[in-house]
Amino acid sequence: MTSVAMARRRLALSRFWAEFRHHRAGVAGLVILLAAVLLALVAPLFIDESVTNVVEAPGEKWDGPSLSFPFGTDESGRSILLMIWWGSRTSLLIGFLAAVLSIVIGLVVGVAAGHFRGWTNGVLMRVTDWFLVLPSLVTALVLAAILGGSTFTVIMAIAVTSWPSTARLIRAQTLAVEARPYIERSKALGAGHWHITTRHVLPNVAPLLLASTTLEVASAIVTESTLAFLGVTSNKTSWGTMLRASYDFGAADQGAWWYILIPGLAILVVVMAFTLVGRALEAVLNPRLRRAA
Amino acid sequence: MTETQTTAEAVTTTRPTLLEARDLHVEFSSRGRRARAVDGVNLAIGEGEIVALVGESGCGKTTLARTLLGLERPTSGEVRYDGNPLTYTSKALKTYRRQVQLVLQDPTGSLNPRHTVYEAVAEGPRIHGLPDEQDLVSKALSHAGLRPPDRFFLRYPHELSGGQRQRVVIAGALALNPKVLIADEPVASLDASVRGEILALLLRLRDELGLSALVVTHDLGLAWNIADRVAVMYLGRIVESGPVEQVLTAPRHPYTQALMSVLPESPERVVLTGEPPDPTRIPGGCRFHARCQVLASGKAAEAGVHTRCRTEPLPILPATPEAQAACYYAETTTP
Repeated sequence: MTSVAMARRRLALSRFWAEFRHHRAGVAGLVILLAAVLLALVAPLFIDESVTNVVEAPGEKWDGPSLSFPFGTDESGRSILLMIWWGSRTSLLIGFLAAVLSIVIGLVVGVAAGHFRGWTNGVLMRVTDWFLVLPSLVTALVLAAILGGSTFTVIMAIAVTSWPSTARLIRAQTLAVEARPYIERSKALGAGHWHITTRHVLPNVAPLLLASTTLEVASAIVTESTLAFLGVTSNKTSWGTMLRASYDFGAADQGAWWYILIPGLAILVVVMAFTLVGRALEAVLNPRLRRAA
Repeated sequence: MTETQTTAEAVTTTRPTLLEARDLHVEFSSRGRRARAVDGVNLAIGEGEIVALVGESGCGKTTLARTLLGLERPTSGEVRYDGNPLTYTSKALKTYRRQVQLVLQDPTGSLNPRHTVYEAVAEGPRIHGLPDEQDLVSKALSHAGLRPPDRFFLRYPHELSGGQRQRVVIAGALALNPKVLIADEPVASLDASVRGEILALLLRLRDELGLSALVVTHDLGLAWNIADRVAVMYLGRIVESGPVEQVLTAPRHPYTQALMSVLPESPERVVLTGEPPDPTRIPGGCRFHARCQVLASGKAAEAGVHTRCRTEPLPILPATPEAQAACYYAETTTP
């Protein structure tokens, strides 16, 4: 029966793409995203970690934009362009992994709470509420400080503080799906918890999840930059650490506007792209929004 | 509605009982109040028999159907299938699901809009890990009157008509090759023209596959058309039951008479007074006495049963195929 399933999937995908294409902003965001991800992936083919090395810096310090350094240089004479390129790997990696981790936690908690109801729901939702009211930035700072600086800790700190809203969203959707008669029919057919959650609930929350993941990546990138700016870093060059360095070394006093502006713009553009794609996905995949549009 | 299809004797020839409710009680508690949705029901469905369960909204029909399916646990009493009481371990229930299947009222809601017809029908066989899935699905769709079946495999529910959707739901139940179909208002949400087709389908399935069915409905005309036996439910209990010709041509319980009187052919209309029944406050004596037109008209007093009507609880009707009514007045008028 795989051929039938394959044909159906291909049909659904082409339908989805036909819808998505109409959202121009979404398509633009997608193009920017793909370009950013591709550049981050191929970066090791052209440059390596040495672009962040202060000792072997190729240029003069605080050099303005020129042909050899299109975005100028920093306080040690390193090329801002190459650092942005190399830093995008850390920023995007942390953004993606933190978002995925946060979504996975939120999904499991949300579906479990919505499906099992009763005391399971009560306990899980109280835990969720507890995390929801914690000031997330402060918690992330404390967590990262306790666990020490590494890419993994920053990812954990972001994920652990950002999953509650996803859990709430997924739980609400799960409750809505579970009230449908086809769940009753499925139970009468003999379906267990696993069948109902994976065959009925998951496909129904998946579109919501996809849209919220893209938005979550954007906010994770911003959080990573914020944490880096506040001093919690993975000890690798990222856009956030560059902003932090520009502040530490007084780029503003030096008139080195490019040192502040370029990392900021990089964050802005990528986050914008994620948000645009997320919004477009939401509009395409959420039937209620689709009808209104 | 006056012609008699078959003689009562022919119908009451005892069929071996397949599915049975014995002294079944189901209670719900909400905000400290206990609602007795099913309050003592004996009901038997024989092999190849179609039983209609009739009653107004909120009388406990659906709860009884869900309990018979094992979706709801009885507070007391038991559901018996093929002579054995139903046990509520997940393994036993899963085996039971292959014998007794459900058809819901709203075919649009009972199909997952993201699943194709094939997936909807294959869901049961997949859950039970049955071999030759595609073959089962094709057969089930053909039995449900969707031919040729492979034309429907890739269709989505929203591309089908209401009647076709209900056929898909029925096919989904048939794919497990059950012995009993419990249909909760199977045609209530369908057009009148489609209604007949689905009813004809149920009758054909009985003839072809020997399927028994419990059809839950509020529509007496439907019960007349399809059922061998009818059971009338009021406030959690069966108040009258028997062969459909007997119960619907000569109703003995005042409640059944009131239900019959609203049919267009009926000479005079009985409009029930009093509050609609509330399962959290079941009246003492006969549970229908507060709305009973016979008691209100004084006929019960003439027959000398009015005090019993108000104070003495009636016994629970047994699960016999013969015509019977739980009414003191009916007892005095018919020997």
